[in-house]
Amino acid sequence: MSVRVYTSSKSYRAGQFFGGLIVSLIIIAVASLLPLLPWYKLNPVLDFIGLHPWLNAFLKAFVVVNFVALHVLFLIWLERKFAGWMQARLGPKHVGWQGLGQTLADAIKLFLKEDIVPAKADRQLFAIAPFLSFMPTLLTFMVLPFSAAWIAYDYDLGALFVVAVSTNVALGVLAAGWGANNKYSILGGARAVAQLLSYEIPMVMMILAVVTLSDTMSMKQIVLRQAHMWNIVAYWPVMIPAFLIFLTCALAELNRTPFDLPEAESELVSGFHTEYSGMRFAFFYLAEFANNFFSAGFAVTLFFGGWYGPILPPVVWFTLKTLILICVMMWIRWTLPRLRIDQVMGFCWKVLVPISLVIYCITALIALK
Amino acid sequence: MQSYVPFVMFTAIGFAFIFVTLLMARFVRPSAPNPNKQETYECGPVPVGDAWNQFNIHYYLFALLFVVFDVEAAFLYPWAMAFRMFGLYAVVEMIIFVALLGVGLVYAWRREALEWE
Repeated sequence: MSVRVYTSSKSYRAGQFFGGLIVSLIIIAVASLLPLLPWYKLNPVLDFIGLHPWLNAFLKAFVVVNFVALHVLFLIWLERKFAGWMQARLGPKHVGWQGLGQTLADAIKLFLKEDIVPAKADRQLFAIAPFLSFMPTLLTFMVLPFSAAWIAYDYDLGALFVVAVSTNVALGVLAAGWGANNKYSILGGARAVAQLLSYEIPMVMMILAVVTLSDTMSMKQIVLRQAHMWNIVAYWPVMIPAFLIFLTCALAELNRTPFDLPEAESELVSGFHTEYSGMRFAFFYLAEFANNFFSAGFAVTLFFGGWYGPILPPVVWFTLKTLILICVMMWIRWTLPRLRIDQVMGFCWKVLVPISLVIYCITALIALK
Repeated sequence: MQSYVPFVMFTAIGFAFIFVTLLMARFVRPSAPNPNKQETYECGPVPVGDAWNQFNIHYYLFALLFVVFDVEAAFLYPWAMAFRMFGLYAVVEMIIFVALLGVGLVYAWRREALEWE
């Protein structure tokens, strides 16, 4: 097998980078919407009208699970390709066109791997942890509005529901860390929980700021209020810092660099999922990337006008905006170095929390007008 | 009760998705347990003692602070839905409430609860 010499010309690299980025964005947008397409043909509304409510909810949940699982396959591929480009290498290349089948191959490999449970582990906690970390993520997708019609359930307490449910990921992480009875796992789990809980506060305050401005907690209504102008443009003095805080907190909640202390490879092997192998390990990854998609989608809902946009159908707009935001998160991830635990916690409690409290008070005064 | 149907269904489907996948994997994956393989992983050396021992007290301090501020947020969500009825009066009250908690944060900061030593 011959190895192609990588050109170091700057313009070539930039061209390849942006060309590749655009092509992969289109691939992902198409691929992630494919599982939804049959339903769209049948019925433009993601609602199986006339069916028994239980069957209706069952079908919706089925569609959403399929969407999440398929989307994550492509998201992981994008992450690896992106990492390759950022570091001037090629990324996955051999399985399928441009390595598109790589994640599928990895999933099959993990499926066939032996499932090792350490003899000293707490077996119940060890077994339940993947469930606890994946299910809150899936539940948050229930209220994510892909368009006015494509929302699994327009819960009138949507934003509060997301806050309430997504915090439960910490339980799964703690169960994984404690259950494995491994020193790396327990350190990773403790760090992850401390970080998840601390960054929850500014994030909740910024969600609350948008809720206060929109005067509703329903995710669908929050987007409908932005029909003429995105929140981040209409209320830019408060919403731009609010978005930046939200993005920082989302990165911390997702355990992504610069906040990836819970799974710092160079010190903790891989943190709370050190002892996991095979399919259980795969579910932690599934949860992480699904959470990534959700955080970006939630930011789009809150600040960037959700599904609104010219020409293209609303669902495509929502997915494109979300993917662009995911790319920004990946860009940050592959650019910045890791922080220390005291810096992470100090930054949250000494900088983000006071700023978010002040921003919230200003937002309330603006909303009063 | 009708509004809880999607919630129950999503939980059930999410559970079933993981459970069925793990169950299917059980039929195809190899299983060759071995005491060496099942030993706790510590990069090679034989692990000494349990991992379930004491760890840094600071994690609890942050957890306490989290509870305070999360309860504040839980109070503010219903407030955000209703404050338009009471106007400026309600906003000033909210700012006083947040300021009180801010004082708590300053207290914790001065007592060096936020330092990581």
